[in-house]
Amino acid sequence: MSTNDRGTVKVENGRYRFKGKFHYGYPNDPIRNEDGELMGITNPRDLTHVHMYGGEAPFFEGLGQGKLLGTRCDDSNCEANGSIFIPFRIHCPDCLSKNTIIDMTETAQKGATVHTFMITERTGAFNTLPKPIRFVNVEFEGVPTILMGYLSVGEPKIGMKVVPIFNTTNPTYTILDLSWVPEETNETELPEGFTFG
Amino acid sequence: MIKFSKRQLKTPKMQRPVYLVTGGMSKFGRSIPEKRTEELVIDSFVEAAKFIDKSPAELKEYIHSCYYGHFADHFGDQLLGESVIHDRLGLDPLGNIGIKTGGATGGSTLWEAFKAVASGYSDCVLAMGWERMDEVPTDEGNNYIASAADKDWETPLGHIYTGYYAVMAQKYWQVFGKEEDSFRQTMAEIAVKNRGYARMNPHAQGPMDITVDDVINSPVVAYPLRALDCCLMSVGAACAILCDEKTANELTNNPLEIHVAAGSHTLRVADRRDMEIPLLPNESEDMYKDLGDRFPGGDRYPGFTGFLAARMAAYYGYRMAGVIDPTEDFDLVELHDAFTISDIQTYEDIGIRPYGEGRTYVESGDCYLTNPKTGEPGKLPSNLSGGLIGNMHAVGATGIMQAIEVGQHIWGRWAEMHEPQSKWDLFGRSKPDDWTNLQVDDAKRGLAISHAGVGSHVTATILVHPDHQLERNES
Ligand SMILES: [Zn+2]
Repeated sequence: MSTNDRGTVKVENGRYRFKGKFHYGYPNDPIRNEDGELMGITNPRDLTHVHMYGGEAPFFEGLGQGKLLGTRCDDSNCEANGSIFIPFRIHCPDCLSKNTIIDMTETAQKGATVHTFMITERTGAFNTLPKPIRFVNVEFEGVPTILMGYLSVGEPKIGMKVVPIFNTTNPTYTILDLSWVPEETNETELPEGFTFG
Repeated sequence: MIKFSKRQLKTPKMQRPVYLVTGGMSKFGRSIPEKRTEELVIDSFVEAAKFIDKSPAELKEYIHSCYYGHFADHFGDQLLGESVIHDRLGLDPLGNIGIKTGGATGGSTLWEAFKAVASGYSDCVLAMGWERMDEVPTDEGNNYIASAADKDWETPLGHIYTGYYAVMAQKYWQVFGKEEDSFRQTMAEIAVKNRGYARMNPHAQGPMDITVDDVINSPVVAYPLRALDCCLMSVGAACAILCDEKTANELTNNPLEIHVAAGSHTLRVADRRDMEIPLLPNESEDMYKDLGDRFPGGDRYPGFTGFLAARMAAYYGYRMAGVIDPTEDFDLVELHDAFTISDIQTYEDIGIRPYGEGRTYVESGDCYLTNPKTGEPGKLPSNLSGGLIGNMHAVGATGIMQAIEVGQHIWGRWAEMHEPQSKWDLFGRSKPDDWTNLQVDDAKRGLAISHAGVGSHVTATILVHPDHQLERNES
């Protein structure tokens, strides 16, 4: 696929404006067995999906600006009142009222701990993370949820203190813009494009 | 802290009893390039009809509505694949519906079929499940499976579903397994057992005669999980026929009462908030008072170590069937052994052992057909089919396969379905010289657990011989 006419989208007046190519078709090939008999065909294609972040957009925008945003239920009638959600939840899962967006960057910088982790060499198609991948599930002081992410420096351990780093140089606007490193990691050790925010 | 209302915890009460009449399955394989999915589905249906001495056409005359379990549309590259299957089975114009709940799709299909009969909508229904995971390369398959995780918060992280579960395995391994060699050994024993039982099953895709050392020395997938700790990726189909009492007795003289219950939990493990442990009938609050002392870090429930969905499926299901103690009340179980360690977690969630003590179900020898420690029959043999590790995990078919396997034991017809040389020949598989009949003597009741990924959906299917029903507390 050539990338210069790759599809881009804008939203104008509440409508999508598509520009460029979103799908590329190719001729199919027959699949035969060792005796030359027809078994099936290939179905090649490339396509680009569009996906809206809706109420989560501030979170993904925030990462590129070095901010970790969470949300909090501020409905005084709700049993979960005061609960902080990170992963960012647009609505409270209990009362369904709209949560308040809060900046969790400082909390994360001060007291984030590895709850659990895993290391694997195996990935699926479209993976862009360097291998082996080190997932860390990060716990924050006073937060009932545990955020999944990946560790970019060092080896993970349960209970280890970590701090967030952000792809502020060339953001992808995905969860990959957020990563974690052990406390006291030097700025020079961070992967390309990442900063402490 | 999460609390449930009384209404939410109500024991499901059906309008009338439901019976499993018959079931069948196709061959299972990593790839079956010579057959379309429809052909595998028909293979399983023909087996189900034959099992009760009916022709497929005769059995079809009884069916009133159809429930189709097929998880991953994108693997088959066909939306509404259920309609294709329905047409090829010649079941139009009956009402039909597709069901998808990840790895629990098979169990959920039985759940829907069960409710359709229990409500009176239909007197006889088809529950059919299948999966076709061989039409893309493995890394694309991994990506597709990872698409069942949260697409913004998880999937971009490696596009590898195993990883999203492996963090749970790691936590359980450290907190409850205490990183002990003996615990690692116990995990490996499950892999050896299930692959060994698969050797006696002509349908099975992953039979192996291996040792604990083979498992422990197999390549690391995501520590502590190794290649031989993990389940298979499969192609195949399985089906079951469920009826009300009258229709069941017209079709067979030996129907089994069936109960199906379901639970769920957040798709992202990240979102799981703490709660008190919902207790099963054989548990008391006292049992868990010191859980955090005995297993430091283990007092956060369900945290990353418990499957609340499995707990809730058992919570509802046991009360529906009158089950108090699963080890006493069941004669065998088929569990969702996606990974050896998740199998151990499930023993606790469904009350075979209390939380923290799952490993003892294996270490006591209770989980074997013949307890290797005593030479006596195991108290509660598990996964005699070979399970997901040794038999198959053709997602939409898995929960149905498990229920049929349990049924064949209660019917006392396990050998008839697994021994004949003709079946081994038909599937192009060689029957081992030491083939052994795994029939559980005098089986009366059994359980099958169907489970999705990190535990987003779990069903409990309970089969009971009608002469051996348990007393039910109607409160
Ligand atoms: Zn709320």
